[in-house]
Amino acid sequence: MALTRRSLHLHLIRPIFSARLLTTASTSPISIETSLPFTAHNIDPPSRSVQTSPHELLSFFRDMVLMRRMEIASDSLYKAKLIRGFCHLYDGQEAVAIGMEAAITRKDCIITAYRDHCLYLGRGGTLVEAFAELMGRNGGCSKGKGGSMHFYKKDAGFYGGHGIVGAQIPLGCGLAFAQKYSKDDSVSFMMYGDGAANQGQLFEALNMAALWDLPAILVCENNHYGMGTAEWRAAKSPAYFKRGDYVPGLKVDGMDALAVKQACKFAKEHALKNGPIILEMDTYRYHGHSMSDPGSTYRTRDEISGIRQERDPVERVRKLILAHDLATEKEMKDTEKEVRKEVDEAIAKAKEMPSPDPSELFTNVYVKGLGVEAFGADRKELRAVLP
Amino acid sequence: MYQWRMIRSATAILSFFSKASIAYTFVETEASMAAASFGVSSAAVQAVKSSASPLPSLPVIRSEARPISGRINRSRNAGKIATHAVAAQTENPASAASKPGHEVLLFEALREGLEEEMERDPRVCIFGEDVGHYGGSYKVSKGLADKYGDLRVLDTPIAENSFTGMAVGAAMTGLRPVVEGMNMGFLLLAFNQISDNCGMLHYTSGGQFTIPTVIRGPGGVGRQLGAEHSQRLESYFQSIPGIQMVACSTPYNAKGLMKAAIRSENPVVLFEHVLLYNLKERIPDEEYVVSLEEAEMVRPGEHVTILTYSRMRYHVMQAAKTLVNKGYDPEVIDIRSLKPFDLYTIGNSIKKTHKVLIVEECMRTGGIGASLTAAINENFNDYLDAPIVCLSSQDVPTPYAGTLEEVTVVQPSQIVTAVEQLCR
Repeated sequence: MALTRRSLHLHLIRPIFSARLLTTASTSPISIETSLPFTAHNIDPPSRSVQTSPHELLSFFRDMVLMRRMEIASDSLYKAKLIRGFCHLYDGQEAVAIGMEAAITRKDCIITAYRDHCLYLGRGGTLVEAFAELMGRNGGCSKGKGGSMHFYKKDAGFYGGHGIVGAQIPLGCGLAFAQKYSKDDSVSFMMYGDGAANQGQLFEALNMAALWDLPAILVCENNHYGMGTAEWRAAKSPAYFKRGDYVPGLKVDGMDALAVKQACKFAKEHALKNGPIILEMDTYRYHGHSMSDPGSTYRTRDEISGIRQERDPVERVRKLILAHDLATEKEMKDTEKEVRKEVDEAIAKAKEMPSPDPSELFTNVYVKGLGVEAFGADRKELRAVLP
Repeated sequence: MYQWRMIRSATAILSFFSKASIAYTFVETEASMAAASFGVSSAAVQAVKSSASPLPSLPVIRSEARPISGRINRSRNAGKIATHAVAAQTENPASAASKPGHEVLLFEALREGLEEEMERDPRVCIFGEDVGHYGGSYKVSKGLADKYGDLRVLDTPIAENSFTGMAVGAAMTGLRPVVEGMNMGFLLLAFNQISDNCGMLHYTSGGQFTIPTVIRGPGGVGRQLGAEHSQRLESYFQSIPGIQMVACSTPYNAKGLMKAAIRSENPVVLFEHVLLYNLKERIPDEEYVVSLEEAEMVRPGEHVTILTYSRMRYHVMQAAKTLVNKGYDPEVIDIRSLKPFDLYTIGNSIKKTHKVLIVEECMRTGGIGASLTAAINENFNDYLDAPIVCLSSQDVPTPYAGTLEEVTVVQPSQIVTAVEQLCR
């Protein structure tokens, strides 16, 4: 997978084990059954058996471990006060990001809310840029001016990174509209959570997408808690995949990367022919809503550890790999060690980067070419001509 | 007196444009097929995308003969600038005879601007309620849906938040949507999208995305439309960083501002006024674009600077007639650019007259006049002989009853009184 390949090349100390593992892994197809069947609304569900390959499974494993490691490292950085403000972590939900990337191309667009670190990595972002942005350094993907909630990567079709709950859904509709306008056979994935599923904008967007047959796929990452409120306390009908009514929906086990891959592939084919479809990913986040939420006041620790034991996405792929004899326990442990080292190196590199230059305060407010003046809090002193 | 010097090679420029438009004829044919044709082929869009900004820069008409300073866009060639006497005030009937132009109503001028830009660039599209088959509730987009198809002139459902968000999303990929709010007041529902996504995405993405949208619609106090349909949103939008705001007041500047707004890479909010749509004026035949950040000198004078915009310009001009009869010589400037303010033109005027009167339709609290007062006080305090007087609407919801509604906005008699007091 592109993510792994890129991260392999970007490091001075060449990782030994996983490189050999991945380059020698075959791409011959294996067929694996998803753990749970798909539940469908107004549509025939796809089949449970997914085509994959040893190479793909190994890269799933490595990429998910990388994402998990990055989020845990961000946790420590936040507690060390190197990351400030809001930090929403994605660990537990990695399968959604990985499965989606496996099913689509870089021409397809993804737009999501604030839990965007892993999706950014999946779209080809580097660890260094991610950490630099989180720490507010000028080497970050948004030059340090966006922060945790504003990761973007235009050349890879990743449209962010949005702080206001639900506001990214109409934006996603616009992306799908532009794809239909230029007729380039690509689709847009708009991701939102179970909390955002109660926003009016979602239904407005569903109506418009269905009306104009936009190639839009709405993905509800249902981690069962909208900040601190459980889904049964916020929604009368927690069957989010059915809420489209006239728009077909599919409920997917979001902790199974292969099921996610199958669903996204199916959804892409559907959207290109018939218009919008809703995918509900049944997933779970181990951390709280954000770093300021301990995550245990509204749910029990037993629940969290139970899910970790039974449904953890990384463990599931690990068991699959072992069951099909694609790698040994030792090899996988070595991969994890390498990934840990990679993440640590990226953090060290990002820590060395400087904060953005003070002149950067006034750049990118307007697009270049406008000779306006901008004023600081004290209109006399901080005046600058916007570039 | 200002002379209207014609661009020497007007015909050369026109033929240049016709050459440029050959590249788009296949798009035009495709688009002028019946409603079955949707959108434009990706090849056409790619062709425009790859040619980026080198679409030829038009003669930019400035309101006064002013040399282009280095800080303004250097790519505008000095030779192509024509200076021009302000709008239709037929001070120079002789100069108008050199190229008569054609008479239009303001909404037709807006439509001409839209149509020319849609013709020129296949990425321009319109989103709004009733803009397509109905032709626009104020007829601004009449006929465009038949010409360009249902996808380029998109009739949206009544979901302002979402279709404005959709326009921003489309703009992120490179399209150039023009969003119409049927009445500016409805765009309050889209405030989040305009403020956070339109205004801030360029900054929070570190410059990766540009949002070249135009958000336009009629606002202001009309004829007994009621409180919710008589809102002045410029006071709410003015502190959103990253957007530009302009207000048109004549057919001439309406067309020019519309074109400039569509061509601008920044999100622009174009404020029109419900009562000004039927203004008639003679505008030039050839293509022209008006600067987005510049104010317009409506009537030069010596005694007092009156700053105004949109509908209040006409109340001011009416008051100016009375004032001239009484022996005063007001200088009237239509500020046009509400964000950022054209402090250059305004400053030069203040340095001449030393007295300022601001006449606006916003409410007293937190309106454009309040910001303008602060800006002038900070920058030109030394040049002022008297405190700035700001006449604004009353801080009340606009009542339905005609007599009450008249009192909410500034009337010409109040302007005359204010000038007399200021110039005592």
